[in-house]
Amino acid sequence: MSELVPLFVVIPLASAFLIPVIGRFVPWFQKSLTLLVLLFLTILSLSYLFTNTGETLAYKVGGWENVEHVPIAIFLVLDGLSGFIVLIINMLGFLSAFYAVSYINKYTAENNFYALLCLMIAGMNGVALTGDLFNLYVFLEIAVIASYALVAFGIERNQLEASFKYQVLGGIASILILFGVGMIYWLTKTLNFADASTILAQHAGSPTVTFIQVMLVVGFGLKAAMIPFHAWLPDAHSSAPSPISAMLSGVLIKAIGIYALIRLFFNVFTISSEIAIVITTIGALSMVIGGLLALRQWDVKRLFAFSSISQVGYVAMAIGIGMIVIARGGSQTVASLAIAGGLFHLINHAVFKGLLFLNAGAIEYRINTRNLKEMGNLAQFMPWTASTSFGASMSVAGIPPFAGFFSKLLIIIAAIKGGFFFLAALAVLVSVLTISMYMKYQRYAFFNKAHSEDRMKIKDVPFPMAFSMVIMGVLCLIMSLLIFPGVREIILDPAVDVLMKSSAYATTIIGM
Amino acid sequence: MNGMSRIVKKVTQLLVSIIFMYGVYIVTHGHLTPGGGFAGGAIIVGAFALIILAYGSDALKLHKEEAGSSASESLSILMVLILAVIGFFVGGMVFFNNYLPTGVVGELISAGTVPLYNIFIGMEVAAALLTIFIALVIFKEESK
Repeated sequence: MSELVPLFVVIPLASAFLIPVIGRFVPWFQKSLTLLVLLFLTILSLSYLFTNTGETLAYKVGGWENVEHVPIAIFLVLDGLSGFIVLIINMLGFLSAFYAVSYINKYTAENNFYALLCLMIAGMNGVALTGDLFNLYVFLEIAVIASYALVAFGIERNQLEASFKYQVLGGIASILILFGVGMIYWLTKTLNFADASTILAQHAGSPTVTFIQVMLVVGFGLKAAMIPFHAWLPDAHSSAPSPISAMLSGVLIKAIGIYALIRLFFNVFTISSEIAIVITTIGALSMVIGGLLALRQWDVKRLFAFSSISQVGYVAMAIGIGMIVIARGGSQTVASLAIAGGLFHLINHAVFKGLLFLNAGAIEYRINTRNLKEMGNLAQFMPWTASTSFGASMSVAGIPPFAGFFSKLLIIIAAIKGGFFFLAALAVLVSVLTISMYMKYQRYAFFNKAHSEDRMKIKDVPFPMAFSMVIMGVLCLIMSLLIFPGVREIILDPAVDVLMKSSAYATTIIGM
Repeated sequence: MNGMSRIVKKVTQLLVSIIFMYGVYIVTHGHLTPGGGFAGGAIIVGAFALIILAYGSDALKLHKEEAGSSASESLSILMVLILAVIGFFVGGMVFFNNYLPTGVVGELISAGTVPLYNIFIGMEVAAALLTIFIALVIFKEESK
C-alpha cells in the first residue's frame, strides 16, 4: 500500500489545478470533483487505519534508495500519528465541502473557492505525511497561503483586515520556522527527520539546539495560536466563510501547529524537560486565558474562536505533561495516558468545533447575523441546527456521554497521576468556564424569546448543510467509543505508540 | 496609462528579446548550470513586465491576457503532475521516476525527464508571476 501514500498530496493538488481549467466550462465540476476526491481520501485513510495497525509505510519520492543507511530520498511517511491526522483533515474537509455546496451560493467565484480548499488540503496532507524538514516548510506554506486567500474570500473590509493581520503574523511564524529548519540543516547537514534525529541526539542539550527549539516553539506556536501568539486567530476564524472557519479551527491550527510541533519534538529532537515545561505552560495559559476571553464575546464566531484557543490549550497541555513525564523518566503509563488524552481531545475538538462553526454558518445563512443578542427562539424554526449544536455544546463542555467528557477526563486523570495537581484543577475550572459560555450560546441563540416577530418565516437550512451537521453531531456522540478497548487499538493507540516509542521512527526509516 | 517616451519604448524593444532568450537559456540549461525552472521563469516574466510598463496597459487587452496566463499556469502545473504520473506507471510505481534515457553528462539533451520538468516549471512560474503582475495593474487601472 506504500505506493498509495503520495496520492494524499497528488490528488488534491491535481484537482486544485484542474478546477480553474475545466470548471470554467462544466457546471458542477468543481463541487463534484472536490467531494469525490475528499471522500476517496477519507476512505483511503480509514482503510490504512483499519488494515495496517501500527505499521509504518514510507514512500521514497523519485525512488532513491538509502545509501549506506543514509536516507537520501525525500520521504513521505504514513504511520499511526500521520494516519490519524490525515483522517481528521480529509473527513472534516469532506463534510465542510459538502456543507459548502449550498452555503457558497451567496458568494461568486465558486471555482476559486474549491480550488483553494483543495490546495489547502493538499498542503495539510503534505505536512502530515512528510518526512523531510524543508518539505514540511513548503507544504506548510501551501496550506497557509491558501488559507490567507480563503479568510479574505468575502473581500469586505473586516475580512481583508483579518487576512492582513493573519498574513503578517503568519509570515513572522514562517520566517522563524524556516530559520529553525535552516539551523538544523547547518548543524546536521541533512533535512531528513530520521537522519537529523540521530545526529541531533549527539548534540542534545547544547545551546544551539535549545535556540532552534525555542524558535520552532514560537513559530509553530504562532501557527497554532497558543496564548502569547494568539492575536490573529479570533479575527481570521470569525471572518472566513463558515465551512472554512470549520476547517481552520478544526484542522489547520492542529495539522500545521500542534502536529508539526509534536512530530518534531518527539521524533526529531530528544525530549528535554525545559522545552516540555515551556509547552505545558503555554498550553495551560492558552487554556485559561482563552476561556476567560471567550466569556465576554457576543459574536458567535468570535466566541467559538476564543474557545478554540482554550481547547487547543488542553491538547498542548496534555502533550506537554506527557513530555515532562517522559523527560523525567517517570511512569510510561502516565505519559501514554496524557498523550492519548491530548490526541483524543484533538480529534474531538476537530469534530465539535467544526460542527459549531457550521452551526454558526447555518444561523448566519438564515437570519444574516452573528450577534447573539439578535437571535432567539431559533430552536422552533431550525430543529436540525438546534439539535446538532446542542450535541456539540455538550461535547465541548464535557458532559457525559459525549466524547468531550472522556478526553477531558483522560487529561485530568493523567495530570493527577503525574502529580500536576494545579494543572488538573485548572483543567476542571476551565471546563466550568466552557459550560457557562456554551450555556449562554444555547440560551441566547435557541431558547430565548425571539428578537423580532418577522422570524416566523425562516426555515431550516437546505439538505447539504443539514446533512453535514447531522453527521458531525452523530460523530460527537459515537467518538466516545474511541476510548474503549477494541476501537482504541485501531485509531488512538497507533498514534500514541509513535510518540511513546519516539526513537523507533528514526530506526524504521533508516532501516529501509 | 499611455506608456512611456519613445526612447524607453525603443530600448525596451531591443532589450526584451535578449531578456526572454536569457530566461529560456536558464530554463533549458537547468540540469547543467545553476538556475532552472524557477529562476528562468522569473527572468522570462521580466520581459513581459517590461513591455507592459513601457507600452502602457491600454496597448494590451489585460483582462483577456490575465485569463490566458492563469489558464496556462494551471495547465503547466498539470503537465508536471502528468509527467510525474507517467513516471508512476512506466517504472516501479514511483512518482517522479526518471524513465527517459539519461544520456551523456554535460549535453543539452540529457538527464531524462529533468529538463521537461524544468520547462514546465518555468512556464508555471512565468505565468503565475505574470498573472499577479497583471492583476495588480488591472487593480490600479480600475481604482482610478
